[in-house]
Amino acid sequence: MLLITCPYCGVAAEETELHGGGEAHLKRFGPESSDDDFTGYLFHRENPKGVHFERWRHVNGCGKWFHAARCTNTLEVFGTYSAQTTEPPKDILDTIRAKRPGFKWRDIA
Amino acid sequence: MSTRVQTQGRLINRDRPVSFKFNGTLMKGYQGDTLASALLANDQMLMGRSFKYHRPRGVVASGSEEPNALVNLGEGNRFEPNQRATTTEIFHGLTATSQNHWPTLNYDVGVVNNVLARFLSAGFYYKMFIHPRPFWKHIYEPFIRHSAGLGKAPDAEARDADRYEHFYAFTDVLVIGGGVAGLQSALTAARAGAKVLLLEQTAHLGGRAPVDGGTIDGMEPEAWVEKARAELATLPNAQIRTRTMGAGVYDHGYVLGYERLTDHAPEVAGPRHRLWRIRAQQIITATGAIERPLSFAGNDIPGVMLASAVRDYLVNYGVSPGDRTVVVTNNDDAYRTAIALVQAGLKVPAILDARPEGGGALMDEAKALGIRVETGAAAVKVKGAKRVHSVCRGVQAGEGEVLEEIFCDAVAMSGGWSPVVHLWSHCGGKLTWDADQAAFRPDHTRAPTSHDGQPFVIPSGAADGAFHLSDVLQSAATAGQTAATRVDAEAGDAAAPSATAPDEAPLVPVWMMPQGAQKKLRMKAWLDYQNDVKVSDVQLAAQEGFESVEHTKRYTTLGMATDQGKLSNINGLATLAHALDAEIPQVGTTTFRPPYTPISMGAIAGEARGEIFQPIRKTPMHAWHEANGAHWEPVGHWRRPYAFLREGESVHDAVNREVLATRNSLGLLDASTLGKIIVKGPDAGKFLDMLYTNMMSTLKPGKCRYGLMCTENGFLTDDGVVARIDEDTFLCHTTTGGADRIHAHMEEWLQTEWWDWKVWTVNATEQFAQVAVVGPNARKLLEKLGGMDVSKEALAFMEWKDGELGGFPVRAYRISFSGELSYEIAVPANLGRAFWDKLIEAGKEWDITPYGTEALHIMRAEKGFIMIGDETDGTVIPHDLGLNWAISKKKEDYIGKRAQARSHMTDPKRWKLVGLETLDGSVLKDGAYAIAEGTNENGQTNTQGRVTSTYHSPTLNKGIAMGLVLNGPDRMGEVISFTNGDNPAKKARIVSPVFFDPDGEKQNV
Amino acid sequence: MSDVALALDGASFEGLVKIEELAGQGMVTLRGNLTDKAIVKAVKDVFGVSLPGTRETAFEGDTGALWMSPDEALLLCAYDAAQAKADDLAAKLAGSHALVVNVSDARAVFQLKGSMLREVIAKLAPVDMSPDVFKPGAVRRTRMAQVAAAFWMDDASTARVVCFRSVAEYMFNLLSTAADDSSAVNHFTR
Repeated sequence: MLLITCPYCGVAAEETELHGGGEAHLKRFGPESSDDDFTGYLFHRENPKGVHFERWRHVNGCGKWFHAARCTNTLEVFGTYSAQTTEPPKDILDTIRAKRPGFKWRDIA
Repeated sequence: MSTRVQTQGRLINRDRPVSFKFNGTLMKGYQGDTLASALLANDQMLMGRSFKYHRPRGVVASGSEEPNALVNLGEGNRFEPNQRATTTEIFHGLTATSQNHWPTLNYDVGVVNNVLARFLSAGFYYKMFIHPRPFWKHIYEPFIRHSAGLGKAPDAEARDADRYEHFYAFTDVLVIGGGVAGLQSALTAARAGAKVLLLEQTAHLGGRAPVDGGTIDGMEPEAWVEKARAELATLPNAQIRTRTMGAGVYDHGYVLGYERLTDHAPEVAGPRHRLWRIRAQQIITATGAIERPLSFAGNDIPGVMLASAVRDYLVNYGVSPGDRTVVVTNNDDAYRTAIALVQAGLKVPAILDARPEGGGALMDEAKALGIRVETGAAAVKVKGAKRVHSVCRGVQAGEGEVLEEIFCDAVAMSGGWSPVVHLWSHCGGKLTWDADQAAFRPDHTRAPTSHDGQPFVIPSGAADGAFHLSDVLQSAATAGQTAATRVDAEAGDAAAPSATAPDEAPLVPVWMMPQGAQKKLRMKAWLDYQNDVKVSDVQLAAQEGFESVEHTKRYTTLGMATDQGKLSNINGLATLAHALDAEIPQVGTTTFRPPYTPISMGAIAGEARGEIFQPIRKTPMHAWHEANGAHWEPVGHWRRPYAFLREGESVHDAVNREVLATRNSLGLLDASTLGKIIVKGPDAGKFLDMLYTNMMSTLKPGKCRYGLMCTENGFLTDDGVVARIDEDTFLCHTTTGGADRIHAHMEEWLQTEWWDWKVWTVNATEQFAQVAVVGPNARKLLEKLGGMDVSKEALAFMEWKDGELGGFPVRAYRISFSGELSYEIAVPANLGRAFWDKLIEAGKEWDITPYGTEALHIMRAEKGFIMIGDETDGTVIPHDLGLNWAISKKKEDYIGKRAQARSHMTDPKRWKLVGLETLDGSVLKDGAYAIAEGTNENGQTNTQGRVTSTYHSPTLNKGIAMGLVLNGPDRMGEVISFTNGDNPAKKARIVSPVFFDPDGEKQNV
Repeated sequence: MSDVALALDGASFEGLVKIEELAGQGMVTLRGNLTDKAIVKAVKDVFGVSLPGTRETAFEGDTGALWMSPDEALLLCAYDAAQAKADDLAAKLAGSHALVVNVSDARAVFQLKGSMLREVIAKLAPVDMSPDVFKPGAVRRTRMAQVAAAFWMDDASTARVVCFRSVAEYMFNLLSTAADDSSAVNHFTR
C-alpha cells in the first residue's frame, strides 16, 4: 500500500487517506477547440512503465490536491508538489534525471 | 505406534492435562500440546484423507507448512474448516473432526479414486470433461462440485461468534520471526536505538535452535533465548508479539500481522484475532527454513514424516511418532533426529543416506551410538496402508531393485532445507539459486525497494540461507545493523555471539529416490500432498508441453492448495527442470503471494460487523421516523424513510395515502440529506457559471434558481436549487447522494484549474436539518407557527428568506419538487427534531402527513421533474431530457459545454425524454425497453427507447412513466410496445412527461 | 436553548478509556489564507487565539483553533457563543477574502479520557499514535474506520474526536468497541 507525503500538510499518508486523480498537467480545452485537441484532453492519457506525473487528493486529510512524480514500475515516489502548477518543478525533475537518466514523459525529458 | 514418552517435552506441562475430542472420541493431552502432538500421543497418526484420491494421510510436519493434518475445528458459530493441527494449540473442550472422507476416516468410499489413480493423472479433468458438450452442465459439473472442496463449509445459518479488530502500528524496524536469528537481529537493531517490533507466529521464541542444539555464548540455546527475550523486554524501544504471524509484505513497508489472541484460550474475553496494519521503514525476515520431503514411492503413507518434525515432536512435546524409525536423508541434519530418538530410548533400525560418502561429525556421533548407517542408499518404497509397515532399501544410483525390507513404524525423511523466502519475495525481492544448499535464497543485490527507491527488506539467518548456528547469528547481527543504519539509528555493533555446532558435510541434491525410479514408483512418489500431485504428474505436464513453471503449476495444481506448496515447490520445479533437461534456476519459481498462511476473514473485516459494519448516516429526525413506522431506504450511507407505515398498511397503501394527503392537504418531508454547499468569494458567480449549465451570476440575492451540473464529458451529474445569499455568497443544494461528490468536484476545479479565482467553499450539509412543508395547507401551517411573513407577496415562488417560525431561527425557501405550494425550511441540525415535532403538532388540524422518498418520487414524476440516477445514468446529457431551457446560450463556457458539441452528442437520433401511459392503465416495468422492428447482428430484438421512471400515480389513478425514446418528442400520441419481463409486451402511448397540473397553478399560489 | 438535541444526547461509555459525547462544543469553520495578517488579527480579536501552524492546535481557555489545511481552520468556543462569534468574525473580515460558517451543529465531538486513548485511536486510524510522534498540541485529520474524522490531544490523557453529526452513532459505537475492556493491546504502555 502506497505511502505518499502530502506537500500541503506534510503527512506521509497511506493510500486509504488518498484519492488518485489520474494524469497530471492536462491542459483544458473548452468550446471552440478542435476535435483533436478536445479528444486529446478528455481521453488520451500517458501510460508509462516508469516515470509518471499524477494527481492525488489527500481526501481523508487536509483535502488538498497535489501532484506526485512516481515510477509506475518500482513505485518509487520521486517527490510531491503543488497542484497549482502547469509543469513539474525543477528540483523534482533534477531528482528524476539523476535516478532515471534518459527518462521521457510527453515532451519532458 | 505413536505415543507419549516419559522424557522430553519442553513445551508441555505434564501437570496440566487437557481433554479434547477428535471425531467424537475423548482424548487427553497436555497444556502446551498442539492438536497434532496430542493426536500422536493418542496414537492417532491417521488425521485425514487426501483431496483427490482420498488416500489416508498422517501428519508430515510440525509447523505452519503442514499439508495433511487439516481438520474441522469447533462447532456451530465457531466452526472452521481446514485448520492445521500442527498450529492449533489444544485447550480444554476443543472439538475437531477430520476431513475429506465419507462415511468415516477409517472407511472411506472415496478411496475408489485411489484405485483409479492411473486414469486421474494431471489434466484429467481438462481432457475428460470436454465431450460431449451438454454433459458438462448436467452431469460432469454437478458430480465434480459434489466431490470437490477441501473440508466443509460452515452452516449457512451460522454467524461467527467472535470479535476481531485492527491495529495500526508504526516502527523503524519490523522483525518477522522470533527464532535465534530474529532475536539477534532485534537485539542488534534495538541496541542501536531503532524502534523495533518483533513478530513470532508461534507461542514460543527460539525457533528450531532449542531442538537442534549447539551453544550460544557458551549457553544452551534455550537459555540464550531467554536472556535475549529478557534484554529486549528491558529496552523501551523494542516489543515482541508472539502468536502473531507476519502474513504479508506489501508496497512501501506495509506489513500485515495476524495475531491470534484467544484461539488457544477461547474462555478469555476479547477479540479473537487482531490484524496488525504495520508500516515499517525496514523489515527483517527471520523466517527460518522449511525441510523438504524426499520423493520416493509411498512417501505419503501415515508415519512418513519430515526428520525435523519427528525431532520436534520428541523434544518439544515428548511424543514419539514410532518405536522404530528409519531415517532417510541426503544431508547431515537428519542425523540429529536419529541421535535424539536413540538417546530417548527409541529404535532407529537404519539411516539411509543417499550420499555415497555419507556425512560428517553427526554421522560419526550416530555411529558411535550404534546406529546402522547405509550410504549411497535409497528408500525404494515405503510399504503400508494406514500406517508405515516397512521401508524397502535399495541404492540411490539404481532404478529400484529392493535389497532389503526394513520393518519400522515411522520414517523420518530429509531432502535438505529451503529458506522461507516468501516474505522477501512478496514485494518483489528476487532469488538466487544456491547450488551448495540446493535451495533458492534471497539475492541481496535485488531487494524489494520502497517509496524512496531504497531496499526495505533484509533477510536474516536461515531465511537468508545461513544454516550453521554461528552463520545464522552472524547473518542476523548483520541484518540488524544494516536495518539500524538505514533508519538512521546509530551504526551499532554487528558483533554476533559466539556459537558452536557440529560442522556439517555438504548435502547431495536428491529429487527422485532412487534416481532412476521406474514409472510404477514415480506414480506413488508424492510432491504435493494436499493436492495429490505426484512426480509422474509433473513429468506428464512437461511431456505435454507445459514448460513454464506457472503453466505446470496450473495444469497439475502443484502448490495451489491451502499450503501454497510450502513443501512441494522446490521438489516440483526440480522435477520439472529434470524433465525439461534444464537447470533449476532457469525454470525459476512460481510467484509467492501473501498471506504466508491463510488468515481469517474475521481478521480482515476487523471491527466492521453488526451495527458498525458500515456507517449509517442519520438525520436529526431519524429517531422520530424510526418510532413512526419508517420503512427504510438506503440512499448512499443515509437511511431515508421510503414510506411511513401505519398499523395494517402495506408499503403500497402507505405511499398512496402519503401522496393523496400531500396533494389534498399537507405533507411533510425530511429533506435534511440534501447537500448544502456554501460558495463565497468575488469570483463565486463566475465559478458557478462554469459549474452549472445555467447562468447563476445573474441571480439576485434573495432568489433561487434550479440548475444542472455536468461533468467535463458533458453528461448530467447533479441538479439542485441555488440560492443567492448575498453579492458574494451562494448556497448550492445538491442531491442527497451528490453532497460530498459535488463538493469534491468544486474543490477539484478550484484547486487544480482555476486556482487564481477567489472562491471558498464549505460543505454545510449537516449544519442544517431541512423540512419540506408541502401541500395546499402549507402556508396555513407556517402562519399558525408565526414569526415571519410567508405570504405570496413576502416570499414568492423561488425566493428565500431568513426569519423565525414558532420561535425557531429558520431559513425558508419557496421551492417545490412536488408541484404543490411548498416551503423548504432549514433550521440548525440540533433543533431539527424539536422543529419537526412542532410542525407535526401544529399540523394536526390539517391531518399533516409525513411522507417518504417514494411519495416524493411519484409526485415529482407526476410533474415530469427528472431525478438524477433515474433519468440519468452517466450517459445522458441535459438535451436528452428536454432541459435545453436550463442551458445558457449566452455563456461562452461551462463544464461539459465543449463535450456536448461532439458529433455523438448532437446526433438527432439520441433518445429523448417523453411521458408514457399504458393503454390499460397498468404500470410499466422499470428499465423496460421500447421494442423496434427487426433484430440486430446478434439476433436480438432492436430497441428504440427505455423506461427511466415508472409508478402508479394515486393522483391520476393509473400507471405513469418517463422514458427516453427515439425521436420521442416528435411522436406524441403514438403507441409503442415495451418489454415486460417474461410476459407479453405492453403497449404505451407517448405523451408529455408533465402528467399533472401542467400550468403550475398549484405551486404558484 | 432547551430544544438543542445532540446527535446522541450526550452518550458515554467507560472501558479502556472514558468516552463522552461533548455537549456545548461550538465550532466555526474559517476558510481563508491563514497567514493573512487581517485574518490572523480578526481571529485573535474574536476567539482570543493566534492561528496555529501546520497540523497544530492553539487554545486559550475554552476557545481554540485547529489547523485543518493551509486555508482552513476550525475555531472552537462555547456552543452558545458560536453563532455570535461567527457573525462577529465574518463582519470583521468583510473586507477580506474569507468564508466563516458556524458548523457547531454539523458535527459531533467525543472526548476520550484515559491513558489508553492512543491505543483506542490506533485501532481505527492509520496514524502513528506513538507518544514520541503524536503529542498534545497536534491535530490530525484522517479517517477512523470508514468515516472522516479529526482528533487532537488536550493533554496526555485527554483527546477529542470530531466527526460529522450524521455518523455520530457509528463513531460512538466504533470508539466503544475499540475501548472494550478486554481488548487492550498494550502497545504504547507496557
